[in-house]
Amino acid sequence: MAARTLYDKLWDAHVVRTEDDGTALIYIDRHLIHEVTSPQAFEGLRMAQRHPWRTDSLLAVPDHNVPTTDRKAGITDPVAKLQVETLAQNCKDYAITEFTMGDIRQGIVHVIGPEQGATLPGMTVVCGDSHTSTHGAFGALAHGIGTSEVEHVMATQCLIQKKMKNMLISVDGQTPAGVTAKDIVLAIIGEIGTAGGTGYAIEFAGEAIAALSMEGRMTVCNMAIEGGARAGMVAVDQTTIDYVKGRPYAPSGETWEQAVANWNDLKSDQDAHFDSIIRLDAASIKPQVTWGTSPEMEVAVDACVPDPDAEADEVKASGMRKALAYMDLTAGMPITDIKVDKVFIGSCTNSRIEDMRAAAEVAKGRKVAANIKLAMVVPGSGLVKQQAESEGLDQIFKDAGFEWREPGCSMCLAMNADRLEAGERCASTSNRNFEGRQGQGGRTHLVSPAMAAAAAIAGHFVNVNEL
Amino acid sequence: MQKFTQLSGIVAPMDRPNVDTDAIIPKQYLKSIKRSGFGPTAFDDWRYLEPGEPGMDHSQRKPNPDFILNQPPYDRASILLARENFGCGSSREHAVWALDDFGFRVVIAPSFADIFFNNSFKSGMLPIILDTAVIDQLFKEVKAEPGYQLTVDLDAETITKANGEVIEFKVDEFRKYCLLNGLDDIGLTLKHADAIRAYEERRKQQAPWLF
Repeated sequence: MAARTLYDKLWDAHVVRTEDDGTALIYIDRHLIHEVTSPQAFEGLRMAQRHPWRTDSLLAVPDHNVPTTDRKAGITDPVAKLQVETLAQNCKDYAITEFTMGDIRQGIVHVIGPEQGATLPGMTVVCGDSHTSTHGAFGALAHGIGTSEVEHVMATQCLIQKKMKNMLISVDGQTPAGVTAKDIVLAIIGEIGTAGGTGYAIEFAGEAIAALSMEGRMTVCNMAIEGGARAGMVAVDQTTIDYVKGRPYAPSGETWEQAVANWNDLKSDQDAHFDSIIRLDAASIKPQVTWGTSPEMEVAVDACVPDPDAEADEVKASGMRKALAYMDLTAGMPITDIKVDKVFIGSCTNSRIEDMRAAAEVAKGRKVAANIKLAMVVPGSGLVKQQAESEGLDQIFKDAGFEWREPGCSMCLAMNADRLEAGERCASTSNRNFEGRQGQGGRTHLVSPAMAAAAAIAGHFVNVNEL
Repeated sequence: MQKFTQLSGIVAPMDRPNVDTDAIIPKQYLKSIKRSGFGPTAFDDWRYLEPGEPGMDHSQRKPNPDFILNQPPYDRASILLARENFGCGSSREHAVWALDDFGFRVVIAPSFADIFFNNSFKSGMLPIILDTAVIDQLFKEVKAEPGYQLTVDLDAETITKANGEVIEFKVDEFRKYCLLNGLDDIGLTLKHADAIRAYEERRKQQAPWLF
């Protein structure tokens, strides 16, 4: 057989049938659902009198709308409450497992899947959420889908797809101190642009990727979509196997051995063909900060805000001018001169235990600067929260002046009460700096957890190595 | 799903790259459990001068006069002319529903984000990809003549200008077939239920831990 990429292997293993024009039916192993993109899909099923094809492939959790403050009062926003209740009712009606708000396993859908072992190497994983690419960190084919496709997968266990092209992004060598998975992926997006991965499945590889923990790999794959690629993935290695072992939904005993033998093949063959290959030198990557309203608008923390007049492409230059006006920044100003109002550490990009540890290490023994109105830490799941508390991280954050919250998507997209007011500027560990993303008129700068904590302490952006 | 065959309509120019789905329909409206009613809040942050919330009477809100879709005749446009990477970001299909509810049935751009592109076809919206040079020319013509119209014919895969000039475009055969006939693709897939079951049987042997 010809040499194949990891994506080729995952694709081949899941094709149910292919039409003459290359359109294929792809079998889906795991379907994660949340409250925002599923209600219309369930309604569609009901109206057509259909039933979920395989209930045991579904796992549900409310995350976008849930409050991150005291939950005893429940959800006060009646519209959000109805949406969360609708998910619960649908799960009850169709006997689907749901981790409800009171369950310690509740959290952000892309944190709980891997945490439970519900995401396994070699799987196809979908969810009505663009950050489903996160799960590709396990050598899985995972991507976000729209609500019509959520309904299609529920009804048929399949997705209608055409095969994407293969892109390899190799991050060679070792990253310097203070440079994390988040900085790597921001640097990648800066390199390829927000549409650079459109039409591709990206495999992230190279020494710097192999050196990452599973948490770090999830951060990188999470933001594949910000580079335009629906799916990002990393080959399976011992780090993957060690992470999965013993998780509640992972296989055990004899089946475990059989699975591991199968998973060890989940890497690209040596001579496999990639349609596009990008190489980055890890040693040249510095801690990153975005300055604009698209994730590709990023620079190193020791750089200055770029000048649109120096951009040759007129459409791009005009986009940069709009972004600078919205962000209230001047071309040429040093990034470290940008003062911050709020700090958000959380989201499906950066709310796992390792992220909590990295931020706590910076916060330890220090105080949040006086100009910071709010610095909040939102763990990705109840179990991450519990683990962090057992390590005393919550106390470190609270002593430094951070708020320690309940798990959920929170201020990444501000569907709940956590949001920016107009004009407020935020150092955020989330994934999107679009206009209004964290609240209408809010200004978002994307950074790593360590860099967000450092900005909270300094009151402005600062190289975490120089704090 | 609604069919798409032919359409003649006013073209609205949205001259900025990377229009994301958060901009097309902001998060506060995603709390709805319905598929309809998103039109009045499409492009909400750009369209109104004050912040909007679900449940408001949007007809009473102050429109932003600088926003293109508030300026007649673009408030009646059914074809949106856009720049690269249109529909990037969140997978929310609500973005397509909002455009559709506003009155758009066609979006023309040099490139689309994959998920938005895919979602469009599922809701009877036709996304058309054209070369950047052709898009540049269309922007010039549209801006020079408010009320500029195009006729889109999906079956023929053509766009015809008022002066008779024809631009060709390409659509995947399967997607075209579904859109022309307004077909529910779940129904089509379920015709292959036996193939799906056969796949499952094979797969259970190879990878029992997945079941």
